[in-house]
Amino acid sequence: MISQLSWKIGGQQGEGVESTDRIFSTALNRLGYYLYGYRHFSSRIKGGHTNNKIRISTQPIRAISDDLDILVAFDQESIDLNAHELRSGGVIVADAKFNPVVPEGVDARLFAVPITAIAEELGTSLMKNMVASGASWALLGLPLEVFNKAVGEEFGRKGQAVVEKNIEAVKRGAEFVLEQAGGPIDEFKLEEADGKQKLFIIGNEAIGLGTIAAGCRLMSAYPITPASEIMEYLIKKLPKFGGTVVQTEDEIAAVTMAIGANYAGVRTMTASAGPGLSLMMEAIGLAGMTEQPLVIVDTQRGGPSTGLPTKQEQSDLNAMVYGTHGEIPKVVLAPASIEDCFYDMIEAFNVSEQYQVPVIVMTDLQLSLGKQSCEVFDYDKIQINRGKLVSDVPALEDNALFKRYELTEDGISPRVLPGEKGGIHHVTGVEHDEVGRPSESSINRKKMMDKRLNKLNGLQIRDAIRVDAPHDNPELLIIGMGSTGGTIDEARRRLDADGITSNHVTIRQIAPFPAEELSVYLNGAKRVVVLENNATAQLASQIKMHAGYADKIHNVLKYDGNPFLPSEVYTACKELN
Amino acid sequence: MATFKDFRNNVKPNWCPGCGDFSIQAAIQRAAASVGLEPENLAVISGIGCSGRISGYINAYGLHGIHGRALPIAQGVKLANRELTVIASGGDGDGFAIGMGHTVHAIRRNLDITYIVMDNQIYGLTKGQTSPRSAEGFKTKSTPEGSIETTLSPLEIALSAGATFVAQSFSSDLKQLTSLIEQAMAHKGFSLINVFSPCVTFNKVNTYDWFKENIVNLNEFPDYDPSNRIAAMTKIMETGGMLTGLIYQNKERKSYEDMIVGFKEEALAHQSLDISRESFDKLVAEFK
Repeated sequence: MISQLSWKIGGQQGEGVESTDRIFSTALNRLGYYLYGYRHFSSRIKGGHTNNKIRISTQPIRAISDDLDILVAFDQESIDLNAHELRSGGVIVADAKFNPVVPEGVDARLFAVPITAIAEELGTSLMKNMVASGASWALLGLPLEVFNKAVGEEFGRKGQAVVEKNIEAVKRGAEFVLEQAGGPIDEFKLEEADGKQKLFIIGNEAIGLGTIAAGCRLMSAYPITPASEIMEYLIKKLPKFGGTVVQTEDEIAAVTMAIGANYAGVRTMTASAGPGLSLMMEAIGLAGMTEQPLVIVDTQRGGPSTGLPTKQEQSDLNAMVYGTHGEIPKVVLAPASIEDCFYDMIEAFNVSEQYQVPVIVMTDLQLSLGKQSCEVFDYDKIQINRGKLVSDVPALEDNALFKRYELTEDGISPRVLPGEKGGIHHVTGVEHDEVGRPSESSINRKKMMDKRLNKLNGLQIRDAIRVDAPHDNPELLIIGMGSTGGTIDEARRRLDADGITSNHVTIRQIAPFPAEELSVYLNGAKRVVVLENNATAQLASQIKMHAGYADKIHNVLKYDGNPFLPSEVYTACKELN
Repeated sequence: MATFKDFRNNVKPNWCPGCGDFSIQAAIQRAAASVGLEPENLAVISGIGCSGRISGYINAYGLHGIHGRALPIAQGVKLANRELTVIASGGDGDGFAIGMGHTVHAIRRNLDITYIVMDNQIYGLTKGQTSPRSAEGFKTKSTPEGSIETTLSPLEIALSAGATFVAQSFSSDLKQLTSLIEQAMAHKGFSLINVFSPCVTFNKVNTYDWFKENIVNLNEFPDYDPSNRIAAMTKIMETGGMLTGLIYQNKERKSYEDMIVGFKEEALAHQSLDISRESFDKLVAEFK
């Protein structure tokens, strides 16, 4: 019996790879297994090799695996490109149609299943995915009823006849492969899962759900990979809550529309990736200067320019931290798990209104698009805090203006929404006085700059850093952000086995940088490894600048478009010791 | 009930004496009062440029944003609170150069806002460069040999983009301008009013006198039918765009906010942010 297994399906884009993966993993989720998915895809719609990999485990996992147990291939290219990942004794389930060949040097068992032939015999080659997934499922020896139930849900809308045909395809695939293999493969027999109900969801969907829970009712956005799923989710759901999504003409309109709507009192967000974020920079300064709440999600992908639009990277950090001209207060939050994606959206909207600042929520492609298991989100943890939003303001005498930018002890001024009789004030990106009127007075300028820039002094977010520090003085402190946490933890288990002690800190609040909280862990460690998916060590630079310890810090960087593998992190850390 | 004085504040505009923008400010204040608005129910969203300052000179909610982006900000305000009357305003550079993309799409989108462009055919605040509205051959600091680009026709563009309300006026004609702003506010959808607003400092060609000599008032054509889009386009072309009055109005098309399925009459800003446990559970169940 094994506790985990890796499965991959490969084919041409648009060939059913996605749907095979979806049904296969939904069924596994029902059985209570923990899943972690990785999508390899290109910036095109049809054609081109694509593959989806899932790791299946009885324990929580948050990383892709180094190797592979089962490869399902719709074409020879999928075998040629992926067979090297197979561990010795792994299995290839391939369509017999293309006379599959196991590449030289690969020690794998090949089952050539007439995937296309069976599907066509049943009426349509579209059912290839069902034959293939049925065959994979059978090799694992898992109960077919659970799988068929997932098939029923996938096709239920199309009627019972379609469901039955697909179930038949599953059955035929299963029977064929079992006959060839002589029954389910013993070494693929998974231990029973805990059966606990989990969610199986991508980060972008968790962000969408968190956005609704946070009371956001408007989104203005422009489509871009890998952010579009957030918009697509909200297009489906926001109308049920009275809201809507506007697909704008560009990202400048998206962000400025969001600023206008926030100003008028609706929690509004936009989401984009690097190119869109670049277009938003001037407007982010307007939100900072005029103290309007604003929430932006940046799902990072490979940059610069169009870069690698469908690949993993964490290289927008500097743009998020420093972007816009002049100096404004800004918060950058980095969810490090699917659960974070949900809860951090609520935090982002609260912080944005409490401190009247732009908040950027930073994800990366793997966190945004990698489908994975997570704990069911807790309704009771949803709390909405709108800060110093005031209403029913009595009318002021002689058309006097409301002090929207009143100088207060904490720098945060009362905020009033258009429509309030006594709340009339001016808002301008020009330096202004307490009622919002333009002012070039140097005394006022200094007061207002200090007011804005000190507003965040009291900021406290949930888990600004997330710490797993079993040792007071470890050999290594490994620091990461975003989607890399699970990979780091797997590498640490291997380091542990080698007797190398390590702590792990995930930075979740990128700006303002939580230097003080981090310092104690930097101080205690012999060496510090900062792991990031970029070429210029942007996170490490923040640490060095704000907390110091430059002489201890080693960079582990990957910027080839792929997420880190546990083995790579292990090897890099091992080499330092 | 508010009078036009209630829409005044005590801020002295920093426009040059004689600037056309003064009359536009007055016309907005008069129109707001005459349609029965209260200052707190009006939001004036402006861009950057001399004209962009207008939001600070009217006693109402005002937001002076960034160059070229008055329209998306104004649309955000309207979506958030459709009970407000929203005016977007800025210059010809703001709306037809840097912000042209937003102008065309705001027209297509047709949210119920009024867009007033103060068109002086030049960049004033940056001290005299060419604008998309400058005539060919027009000499400015940036076109010392005369502009070699075609003059943009915002009225033609608006019509072809599907505008539901297109008007043009002249800042000297306060009566017509006020009336057009009133009609625009009453129009259920996006209204464009392009207003010739002479720059007395940097534009020595398109002066008050020049406009008086060159513009045609649509009042002079009693048979003109502003519901006829083809006639409107023809009239704009015949007059080289030098006409004033209500050029086109489509009263049939619904506004964007009226076409969003399920979008309530009540301002979104006044609705609850909470989600019920039942709705939440339903959302979550989709991922089980």
